[in-house]
Amino acid sequence: MTSKVQAQPEQKWWILSATALLVCALLLGVMIGPAGPVWWRVPLELINRLPIVRVNSGLSATDWSIIWQIRMPRVVLAALVGSTLSIAGASYQGVFRNPLVDPYLLGVAAGAGLGATIVITTNRSGTSSWFIDPLPLVAFIGGLLAVIATYLVGSRVRGEHSATTLVLAGVAVTSLATAVQTFLLQRNTDVIRQVYSWILGRLSSATWGDVRLVLPYVIVSSITLLLHRRLLDVLRVGDEEATALGVNVSRVRLAVVISATLGTAAVVSVSGLIGFVGIIVPHAVRLIVGTSYRVVLPVSLLFGAAFLIIADIPGRILDNPAETPIGVVTAFLGAPFFLLILRTRQAQK
Amino acid sequence: MTSLHLDSVSVNYNGRVAVDGFTDIIKSGEWLCVIGPNGAGKSSILRAIAGITQHTGRILVDGSPMSSRSSRRRAQLIAYVPQAPVLPSGMTGAEYVLLGRNPFVTHFGVESDNDRSTVNDVIERLDLADLAVRDVDTLSGGERQRLVIARAVAQEAPILLLDEPTSALDIGYQQQALELVDRLRREHGLTVVSAMHDLTLAGIYSDRLVLMHAGHRVADGAAEEVLRPEILSEFYGVSVRVHREDDGTIIVVPNRRSVV
Repeated sequence: MTSKVQAQPEQKWWILSATALLVCALLLGVMIGPAGPVWWRVPLELINRLPIVRVNSGLSATDWSIIWQIRMPRVVLAALVGSTLSIAGASYQGVFRNPLVDPYLLGVAAGAGLGATIVITTNRSGTSSWFIDPLPLVAFIGGLLAVIATYLVGSRVRGEHSATTLVLAGVAVTSLATAVQTFLLQRNTDVIRQVYSWILGRLSSATWGDVRLVLPYVIVSSITLLLHRRLLDVLRVGDEEATALGVNVSRVRLAVVISATLGTAAVVSVSGLIGFVGIIVPHAVRLIVGTSYRVVLPVSLLFGAAFLIIADIPGRILDNPAETPIGVVTAFLGAPFFLLILRTRQAQK
Repeated sequence: MTSLHLDSVSVNYNGRVAVDGFTDIIKSGEWLCVIGPNGAGKSSILRAIAGITQHTGRILVDGSPMSSRSSRRRAQLIAYVPQAPVLPSGMTGAEYVLLGRNPFVTHFGVESDNDRSTVNDVIERLDLADLAVRDVDTLSGGERQRLVIARAVAQEAPILLLDEPTSALDIGYQQQALELVDRLRREHGLTVVSAMHDLTLAGIYSDRLVLMHAGHRVADGAAEEVLRPEILSEFYGVSVRVHREDDGTIIVVPNRRSVV
């Protein structure tokens, strides 16, 4: 008799396919842009840059600096932001056993938004000469403080972290931070446009500096979340049964929330609030690969990166030179795409 | 072979006492059935043993206190089948049974070949091959219950706790589920503690009954000592007849209140 539970080989295929998709998206991302060389010269130049191989791509030094200094950091940052929001969203949905949860649930977005608003309203122009740009830093700290506040409030209520208490505390902290933000904006109406553009999210000003800033957080948070993928499957039976199966539920939840929050706060601080990705990507992935977090987490990471790179492309071409905010594009692309998958899946059943 | 010792175990929820100083020694290989009216504290006792709910007093397995053990180690010793188990949609039967191996997998590890072969073994022994490949969403109540018991068996714990294992099942599946537990108990020398509503079934399958009322144990002994009309009417507030069959089976039937 053949065995019923094997390490499923199709998991590997899903991960390989998602990796292939990501590589295509990366290539596409560096090939397309409003200025610069003809698109087909870019892959030739990339091959030329490899050791040993020599191909004449006909690219000038200016062309290459457009690719290396402008497109590359933007594509890489899109990949980091997309992968982090997606894997964080999937993990949050796992620990809270709620499919509608996104990585902004516990107040990280509102906290980061408040942080950014404080910097912009106090004296944005005065900070241009600073050694470190305070905007991402304060946004990052604001996001973390908001989640810490949520966790403390959530734990005071009943002495233990029940998922519902935490979510409710998150709602309260989000409302409070948003209220303070609105108050600040009311008193500084001249910067509303600037704050609003930050909130809608942007990748247009991406530099290698931004990439270096978020990379450590993204790596640590992704690895920690991936390590928890089997435990997230066990948690699907509920806190009590998972406890009876030997899982320290509150410890797992804390570890997952901390890692997902660190990653989210880091990417939000450089990209603004790009909505929708953290919900849509994990759901699309579930519809395709099934519900097990062992596949959902790695595939969300890869697919989320590819998704945001692709979602960033129309923004560069449309309305040039004033760009469409990426948050608008993700919603615009994501919603029909999601509906399409939903419909085809239902038709299959 | 593993004994379970409860030493004045009390459970309270936000000040309301659910179990008050419960003491018992469940011998190795024994099947103890806890009976009692709704809210008597049956489930709370099981939940305290399973480590799901806070309690005072001591719970010892083979003389060693559970409070000093990690939840993983406790799960290696005690398997728990809840009253309303959650079967996550989208999981196959086999994946669900594999969850029972969690206590043997390290925190960030994955199941070993040994874990997978144990699960395949359980599936084969319990005749679940057809359920193993199906989505748990598509299963009937009886099929789900067999899978939940299979998960507990895959846990290979010497102590098995069952909270109302038959409440959602028809009479055929009730018998099937309890026969399965009985068979496993004999094959593996399991110590079983179950909470049950059906007094007749409780009497048939268990070695010993404990009757609870308002958090206290009020009667204890073999079926014929506990399932007596005067005891049941006092604590359940009903009038019942108790028949004793030739083979010793005790049957409890409620009396119809005659309409005058």
